[in-house]
Amino acid sequence: MNVVYNGEKDTAFKEVLGNTIPRLSGEDDRVIYLDADLMNCINTGKWAAAHPERGIDCGIAEANMIGIAAGLSSVGFKPIVHTFGPFASRRVFDQVFLSGGYAKNSLTVIGTDAGVTAAYNGGTHMPFEDMALYRAIPGAYVFDITDAAMMEDILTQCVNIHGVKYIRSGRKNNKKMYESGSHFEIGKGIVVKDNGNDATIIACGLMVAMAMEAAETLAQEGIKVKVVDMFTIKPLDEDLVVKCAEETGVIVTAENHNKIGGLYSAVADVLAAKRPTPVEYVAVEDIFGEVGPQDYLEKRFGLTAEHIVEKVKKAVSRK
Amino acid sequence: MNPELKKDLQKLALKIRIAEIEEFKALGFGHIGGSLSITDALAVLYGAVMKVDPKNPKMEDRDKLVCSKGHAGPAVYATLAIKGFFPYEDIKTLNVPGTNFPSHCDRNKTPGVDMTTGSLGQGTSLAVGIALGDKLKGLDSRTFLIVGDGESDEGQVWEAAMFTGAKKITNLIWLIDENKKQLDGYTSNIINQGDFVAKFKAFGFDAVRVNGNDVEQVYEAITAPIGDKPRAIVLDTVKGAGVREVEETMNNHSLTMPQETYDRWLAELHSELDALEGEV
Repeated sequence: MNVVYNGEKDTAFKEVLGNTIPRLSGEDDRVIYLDADLMNCINTGKWAAAHPERGIDCGIAEANMIGIAAGLSSVGFKPIVHTFGPFASRRVFDQVFLSGGYAKNSLTVIGTDAGVTAAYNGGTHMPFEDMALYRAIPGAYVFDITDAAMMEDILTQCVNIHGVKYIRSGRKNNKKMYESGSHFEIGKGIVVKDNGNDATIIACGLMVAMAMEAAETLAQEGIKVKVVDMFTIKPLDEDLVVKCAEETGVIVTAENHNKIGGLYSAVADVLAAKRPTPVEYVAVEDIFGEVGPQDYLEKRFGLTAEHIVEKVKKAVSRK
Repeated sequence: MNPELKKDLQKLALKIRIAEIEEFKALGFGHIGGSLSITDALAVLYGAVMKVDPKNPKMEDRDKLVCSKGHAGPAVYATLAIKGFFPYEDIKTLNVPGTNFPSHCDRNKTPGVDMTTGSLGQGTSLAVGIALGDKLKGLDSRTFLIVGDGESDEGQVWEAAMFTGAKKITNLIWLIDENKKQLDGYTSNIINQGDFVAKFKAFGFDAVRVNGNDVEQVYEAITAPIGDKPRAIVLDTVKGAGVREVEETMNNHSLTMPQETYDRWLAELHSELDALEGEV
């Protein structure tokens, strides 16, 4: 795929979902979409109302929704399930774990409002732990989506993969990173910028564009970094992580998630086992979310390009 | 009900009980009470109602069973063994390392087990999904859901019941095993659940209560024509039904017994079966 980043806003994720889910259902009778009273948050409500057998509103009953989806999978359907990230992960963890994963049923779960993008819904609705939970399900896939092109492609791939797949993103727009129609390989990270070998920033989701911005700032100060988009949190691109560690000697991770159990943990796990390397993180500390505009929350929780710059300098000083 | 069919089902229920006790005897322990209580319902389902093929356990248009009270797996395995889904002797590997007969039902291990259950409440929604899927595919298949009364402490049971009633999923039949006890004691003393029939009616079901340890009553309730409301059958049962000493044991959710006790129970069940088979 082509990286077309120029700092511009992309199409909103809810628009992508509102188009892609009906398309997938139209292409394959086995694709059934279920929601828990949040269809109108991702532009699927009108379509589902016209196709009540293909788009099922389960009401505000997430556990039941996951179970119904898993039951549908057991008789050959390919369910896509959506709700907000906290409900798609911690509220239904046992249902996803057992009715989904353990029972070998297939679930494509979309959790919107990743991390600080929950903004004015506040701490109750702000998932900083969803990737950690899903990573702990044996065999599960975890994706933190970077932009609209990636959402469309990964969702399209996911419906045809058997197993538990968790797709997290905001509902609004991230910055555009990839050309529309790009194809992404699950398990393969993407080197989106390669300025040199002083450090590697491995980022995901919302933080990829911030890593690009940080790389430009650092370049002006003579610090040359690579930026990797590691949207595929699980399976992680272990080979790329090790290669970056070998080439640059230090790693900085950046994620819109708690530092426990997400990208930082995944990268550190690999490096501890395969190539011990200093790793700094940009992530939410071990604290709960809170309410506010997204730009306030990004600063409040240390998720900005400035924080990445600072951590890169710290990492380089550890060389 | 045809008297011959009734007698056949009574005999089948005794054979299932014998098989259950043989399973528990192998390691000496297990979830005996709640397995015995649903035995007569399983005899009716697999002996006279469900469209299944032991040689083709994944047949697409089969009827399905979800035993949401997954700890009653041994009763399901006993029934399936007698139906010929796998060799009878296999069930005696209950809970030994590497077995295909785990304590709780597992659709990936045991031929004929249609859904994995064990975390209580979850089987209800799974059964809804199966029934909904079969309906979407236009299959003439029914799904039978066995849910425990203690299990109905779980909120998910009522989410699934609400959905079943609201969406009129009539190819899903709910069987509530009201055996009145759960692990810590009497269900009425823990969370008094009141009248299940009234509750299910309020959730949009056509609900009835029958003696769940009487094959005739269970059979009539399952085979009565279904209208536009889904059916819930509250099985008034005894936890430990059919083995007097288990019935009389207060805390009979899971029991560990010496071999001679199992042998005594088996002798009693065999003599009952002989008596039935001796009748003209």
